[in-house]
Amino acid sequence: MSRPNVGDALEVLTLSLDDNLFAFEATHVREILDLVPITEVPTSNPFVGGLINVRGKVVPLADLRHKFGMRCRAPTVDTRIVVVEVDLDGDQTTIGLIADKVHEVSRMSATSLEDTPKIGMIWRQEYIRCIAKQDETFVVVLDLPTVFAPDPRAKRDHGPDGAVGRNAA
Amino acid sequence: MTTTDPGEIFQQEAQDLLALLETTLLDLEHTPGDGALIDTAFRALHTIKGSGSMFGFEAVAKFTHHVETAFDMVRQGKLAPNHGLIAVALESRDHMRLLIEQPEFADPRTGEALLARLREVVETGGAPAETAVAAPSEAVAPEAGIGWRIRFSLPRDALVNGTNPLLLLDELRDLGEARVVAQIDDVPPLAEIEPTACHVGWLVELVTDVPAAAIEDVFLFVRDEMTLEITPLGADDAPAAEAVEAVPAAAPVTVAETVGRPTAAAPTPAPAPKPADPAVEKREAPGSKLAAASVRVPAERLDELMERVGELVITQSRLSQIAATSLDQQVKAVSEEIERLVLELRGTTMGIRMVPIGSLFGRFRRVVHDLSRDLGKEVELVTSGEETELDKTMIEQLNDPLVHMIRNAIDHGIESPEARRAAGKPEKGRMLLSATHAGTEVLVTLEDDGAGLDRDRIRARAIERGLIAADAVLADADLFQVLFQPGFSTAKTVTSLSGRGVGMDVVKRTIDGLRGRIDISSTPGQGTRVSLRLPLTLAIIDGLLVRVGQGRYVLPLAAVEECVELSSEEDARSRGLSFLNLRGDLVPFLRLRELFHAKVPADHYQKIVVVSSGDLKVGLVVDQVIGDHQTVIKSLSKLHTDIHMFSGATILGDGTVALILDIGHLVAFGQMVEDNLRESA
Repeated sequence: MSRPNVGDALEVLTLSLDDNLFAFEATHVREILDLVPITEVPTSNPFVGGLINVRGKVVPLADLRHKFGMRCRAPTVDTRIVVVEVDLDGDQTTIGLIADKVHEVSRMSATSLEDTPKIGMIWRQEYIRCIAKQDETFVVVLDLPTVFAPDPRAKRDHGPDGAVGRNAA
Repeated sequence: MTTTDPGEIFQQEAQDLLALLETTLLDLEHTPGDGALIDTAFRALHTIKGSGSMFGFEAVAKFTHHVETAFDMVRQGKLAPNHGLIAVALESRDHMRLLIEQPEFADPRTGEALLARLREVVETGGAPAETAVAAPSEAVAPEAGIGWRIRFSLPRDALVNGTNPLLLLDELRDLGEARVVAQIDDVPPLAEIEPTACHVGWLVELVTDVPAAAIEDVFLFVRDEMTLEITPLGADDAPAAEAVEAVPAAAPVTVAETVGRPTAAAPTPAPAPKPADPAVEKREAPGSKLAAASVRVPAERLDELMERVGELVITQSRLSQIAATSLDQQVKAVSEEIERLVLELRGTTMGIRMVPIGSLFGRFRRVVHDLSRDLGKEVELVTSGEETELDKTMIEQLNDPLVHMIRNAIDHGIESPEARRAAGKPEKGRMLLSATHAGTEVLVTLEDDGAGLDRDRIRARAIERGLIAADAVLADADLFQVLFQPGFSTAKTVTSLSGRGVGMDVVKRTIDGLRGRIDISSTPGQGTRVSLRLPLTLAIIDGLLVRVGQGRYVLPLAAVEECVELSSEEDARSRGLSFLNLRGDLVPFLRLRELFHAKVPADHYQKIVVVSSGDLKVGLVVDQVIGDHQTVIKSLSKLHTDIHMFSGATILGDGTVALILDIGHLVAFGQMVEDNLRESA
């Protein structure tokens, strides 16, 4: 995924995760739902620890707050599920994303897009497409396919089956 | 609605015919004298040729023509169906397939070479020299004065249906010298004439030495509807126009017959005498019966149907949930009725997708035939359980793994005839491919009576590659699992067939993808047995809904043996030693609460659901058994590929998602726990 050049305009959906402002390209978004019952997947990575029913389809629910080490606050009236479609290794996969609040779809003007600064960023740089400035606040624009790509470095850090074996025995 | 491209239809039809031809040829090799088989082969060839030229596959038609001619000679007893002929015919069949499916890759030289070989076989097969196969049949010298008088008329709608009588006449002309006279008695006055109807009949005098059957074959595609009368031409019958116009000799004739029902509209000649030759009567048009018995439907459409039924099942379970809380008796009645209908619809839809596995097994006879010839080994493939039905998608996906397993068995398993003789075994190796139903699963096994797996070599290789520890004590079943590692091979030399170490890992991956399991067992010197356990279907199962903590889970009902209560005393006693005494049997059990890290306190009366996979049993402790549930299986996304305890998910009546437990995995896990406990005890 190439970084946008200054001069490109980008249409993004902005949302809040634990008081941080994030955004990703609006073309990924399929629909935005109110909170629905979530089925927990035991032994799974907490980042994708749930399943939801989206119009008769079983869709994994991802919690970006886990991925980025933020607080997982209890759902409020503002909590939403953003249903996105992401290309995972050649397959269009539908994924639900939990958001503490969804703001708007906006056009980031050309001058507001800035390349990711190398320092001063607590999140992995490859997850971020660029930083945008909106009304004097910074918005982190995520690169969704990279966020969901299997991470070779963080292999099996959540101890699913192996850890389970020890518990049971 | 259905596929309309005639070329595509021909390709589908040809595929079936080629498959039929292949099995027939292989059968013929075993029973060379079987006339029915020879006829079947000939008819398949004839149909391929006929419809090939009809749909513009000229190359196919031309090539097939020569093979057909050879089989016509076989049919007439002029040529023996020996090994040479069948080998050439099998290769010709492959060439035809290439010509039909990928004409751009077909090398005309291959075709030429095959025809040259065919000619050689025919000539050495004791055939008269003048009927060399490559020579077109027009060259067959007619015996003067001997021939047939053919009177035929087509149904009125023949032209509308695309039959061209001129082509039929041309084909008759190809058989010999023909005089054709149109019979116009039934042509109505101009005012009443229907321009699209066929009013004309024909009388043909054909001077030839071909049998009456060859003439019938000309009318193969229209036989059912038409009137056909074939009488031998008398020696004194001067083939003159006047004679032809005259009413045919009134004397009863031996091979005359009327086929099909002469429609009222068709111009009917005087009723022909009953067929006197039962052999001729038996030869029905081969395509007609098959066509009526089945309908071709693209596979995607079946998938779509299955998906709709799945959605219906989910909606229906929601309805019955609402109806259960309703006080309205009518709503309850309707809901029950719908439940029954949906259940039946589900059964029917799944039935449509089920295909007997025999269609798959049939293909392997050829694989075995070719491989055993290439490797200089004698191998016989015995199949059983061909009628066992499996989901169509699954059958297609089983092809490659099975071909691979068969290759392995012939290449590595079965010894050369000399080695077998030395070992006191019959020279001919034997492979048994069988399929049986086993509960919710279909068990497909491939057994050979070869040398068996070489434990020491596999072990040495596995240690060398660092797959197992040098001092590891492994049961056979565990040791053989290393065979599924990518790149694992013990072959000393790489052959074109196997030894590269690709394959068994692919087999394993395919079977895993089908939610199946694969096991290998082997006895040194006596053979190897590979068994595949496959679920019956990929779409909808009957499930048992249970609750563990706050989560609800589905167990495949067919795997459930029984449900028993876990008393609190037993619960306390069995801490750390999870065995259940089930009528004298010790069954290990797993506390799903612990596996799933359930946070809420356990119910006071927990239940144990005893499930089985194969011969193994394991108990699963749950908080509550809710009841049975029709489960539409939805696969988990790529984000959950690392979860092995669940084979999929489903949607419950209230719209929430429930996970489906993977019984095979849980049972294996339970057994592992049991083994660990036994060892430490």
